Amino acid sequence: MLSEKLTFDYSIPKTLLIKLSGDWQISAGLLSVNEVTSQLTTHPDIAQINFSVSQGLKWDSGLIAFLLKLIRECGQKNIHVAREGLPQEAQKLLALALKVDEKDIPPKDARESFLERSGEKALQISESLAAGLDFLGDIAVSLGRLITGKSYFRWDDFMLIVQRCGVDTLLLVSLISLLVGMILAFVGSIQLKMFGAQIFISDIVGIAMVRVLSAVMTGIIMSGRIGASFAAELGMMQTNEEIDALKTLGVSPVEFLVIPRVLALVIMMPVLTIYADLMGILGGFVISAGMLHLNPVEYLNHTQHAVKLSYVWVGLIHSLVFGVIVAVSGCLRGIKCERSAAGVGIATTSAVVTGITGIVIATALITFICQILGV
Amino acid sequence: MDSVIATVIEVRDLDLGYDDYAVMRNLSFSVNKGDIFIVMGVNGCGKSTLLKSLIGLRAPTRGKVLYSGKSFWDEDEAGQQNIMRRFGVLYQGGALWSSLTVGENVALPLQLYTKLSCQQIQEVVALKLSLVGLEGYGDFFPSGISGGMRKRASLARAIALDPDIIFFDEPSSGLDPINARKLDDLILELRDGLGATVVVVTHELASIFAVGNNSVFLDVESKTMIATGDPKSLLANSKDPRVIQFLTRGPDSKELKR
Ligand SMILES: Nc1ncnc2c1ncn2[C@@H]1O[C@H](COP(=O)(O)OP(=O)(O)O)[C@@H](O)[C@H]1O
Ligand SMILES: [Mg+2]
Repeated sequence: MLSEKLTFDYSIPKTLLIKLSGDWQISAGLLSVNEVTSQLTTHPDIAQINFSVSQGLKWDSGLIAFLLKLIRECGQKNIHVAREGLPQEAQKLLALALKVDEKDIPPKDARESFLERSGEKALQISESLAAGLDFLGDIAVSLGRLITGKSYFRWDDFMLIVQRCGVDTLLLVSLISLLVGMILAFVGSIQLKMFGAQIFISDIVGIAMVRVLSAVMTGIIMSGRIGASFAAELGMMQTNEEIDALKTLGVSPVEFLVIPRVLALVIMMPVLTIYADLMGILGGFVISAGMLHLNPVEYLNHTQHAVKLSYVWVGLIHSLVFGVIVAVSGCLRGIKCERSAAGVGIATTSAVVTGITGIVIATALITFICQILGV
Repeated sequence: MDSVIATVIEVRDLDLGYDDYAVMRNLSFSVNKGDIFIVMGVNGCGKSTLLKSLIGLRAPTRGKVLYSGKSFWDEDEAGQQNIMRRFGVLYQGGALWSSLTVGENVALPLQLYTKLSCQQIQEVVALKLSLVGLEGYGDFFPSGISGGMRKRASLARAIALDPDIIFFDEPSSGLDPINARKLDDLILELRDGLGATVVVVTHELASIFAVGNNSVFLDVESKTMIATGDPKSLLANSKDPRVIQFLTRGPDSKELKR
C-alpha cells in the first residue's frame, strides 16, 4: 500500500527524493504525513526534499492537502521543500494555498475552557442585569416624555401589537389554563379523597389559579410567543440598520419601538390572566362535576367563598410585573442584537430564557412579600 | 458664485476602532460644499465605521469631526440633534422601516420635524417619490418591491427634509450595472437640484469615476489614509502602487510576475 504511493531515495547526500506514484485522489484516502516525518527523524541530516513523479500518477486535492501539511511541518524543521519536481498544476495550487493575504487578523474569540466560559457567563449575567436596569431607565424617561406629550406615539402600531398579543395567544392560554385546572383537581382529589373532603378541590383550584398559576402560565406563554417575536422583529431591524435610520433621524428607538410594545403587553397581560383564571376554574369544575361526582352548585359556591378579592389583586400584580419583564427582555435582546442572522436567533432564544427566568424569580419575590404582608 | 470655498465637513486626526481593535488612525480631510466626496478602500478597511462616526452613530476613539466649524462629538445631545437634522443617510441595505409602507417611510421625517398638514405631507411625499422614479409606489411595503426600488425609496426618505449633506453607504451594492448607473445619475441630479453636499462610501470603480470630484483612500494594511483628491487625477498622477492597483482593479497577476 505505502510502497505503491511513496518511495524514498537517499542517493544524493542530505537530500531526500520522494517518488510519488499511484492513486493520490481523495477518493483513495489521504496518506498521513507521518510516513515522511518518520523518515526525517531516522535521517536527521536531511536539509532538502525533492520530488519526482511517475507516469501513472493520478492526483487531485488529496495530494495537495498532503503536500501542504508536509511543507508546513518541514518549514518548522527548516527543511527546504523543492516543488519543481511536482506537476505544474500542483505547483500552482500550492503557491495559491501558501499565499498569505490577510496580514492583520482581527481578534477572535478563542475556544475557552469550561471554567473560563462559566466565569464569562457569570460576568455576562451581571452585565446584562446592568444593561437591563439601564434600559428600564430609558423606558421610564420615554414614558415620562409620552405622558407630558413631548414624544411621538404611533397609535396604529400600538393597536396592532395589542391585537397580536391577544389573537396569537388566546388559544394557547385557553388550552393550557384549562389543563392546569384539571391537573390541579386530579392531584388534589388523591389526598382529599382520603379525608372525604373532596369539595375542597374547589378551594385548591380557585386559589392556586387566581393567585399565581394563571399569571405564571400566561407569562410563560407570552414570553415564548410575544417576547420572542419582539426580539426577532427588533433584532431584524437592528441587522437591517433600521434602528440606525431612526437614530440619525433623531428618533429614540425606545420611544418609537419599545414603548408601544411594553404598553401593549402590560395592558394585555392582566386581561389574559383574568381569562386564564376563568378557564382554570372551568377545568377544575369539569373534572370535579364530571368525574369526581361533586355537586356542581356546591362546587361553584365553594369557589366563590374561597377566592377573595385580594387574591385577584395579587394575581393581577403578578401579571403586570410579568408583562413588564417579558416585554423588556424581548425588546432589550432585540435592540442589543448582533448584526447577523445568527444574532437574531441568539437574541430570540435569550429573550425567552431571560423572560422565563425573570418570571420565576419575580414570582418568588412577590410570594415572599405577600407572606410578610399577610395577604 | 462666490469664490470662497465653504468647508462643510472637516475631519481632524480621527482614530476609529472597536474596543481594543484599531480600525483606522490619523484621518484628516475636508469636504467642501457641493462636493461629491468618495470614501474608498477595500472590503473591511473601515469605510462604514468612518461613516458611522460622521453621521453620529459611533464616537471615534480620538479626534474631531467638525460640521461648519462645530465639533460634533463635543456638542451636547441637543446640539448633535441639530447637526443631524441636516443629514440624509442612505444605508447599505436601504434600511426602510419594514412595518411602514414606502410612503409612510418618507412621511415620517416630515411628520416629526415639520408642521405640515397631512394633506401637505402627502403632496411632499408624492414629490419625493417621483424624484426617485417611484411615483405611485407609496402604498407598497418595502418587502413588496425590488432591491433597486428599495434603494431609491430609501433615497426618497433620505431627502425628505431637503438635507444639506447626503451620505451613501455603498449605494451600488446589490444593484445590476444599469440600476447602479441610474442611481449614480440620480446622485448627481439631486446634488445639483438640492444644492447638497454628498459623501459616498464605495469601492465601485465605475461610480467613483462617474460621480466623485474629491476622495479619500483608506488603506487596510497601514490602517490610515494614503491618498486624497479627485479620483481621476489620483489615477493619472498618484505614484502610490496601492492606490493605482485599486483604481485599475489591480494589475493582472501575470503582469505582476514579469
Ligand atoms: N460591530 C463591530 N464590532 C467589532 N468589529 C467590527 C464591527 N463592525 C466592523 N468591525 C470590524 O471593523 C473593520 C472595518 O469594518 P467596516 O467599517 O464595516 O468595513 P467596510 O465598510 O470598509 O467594508 C472590519 O475589520 C470589521 O471586522
Ligand atoms: Mg461597509
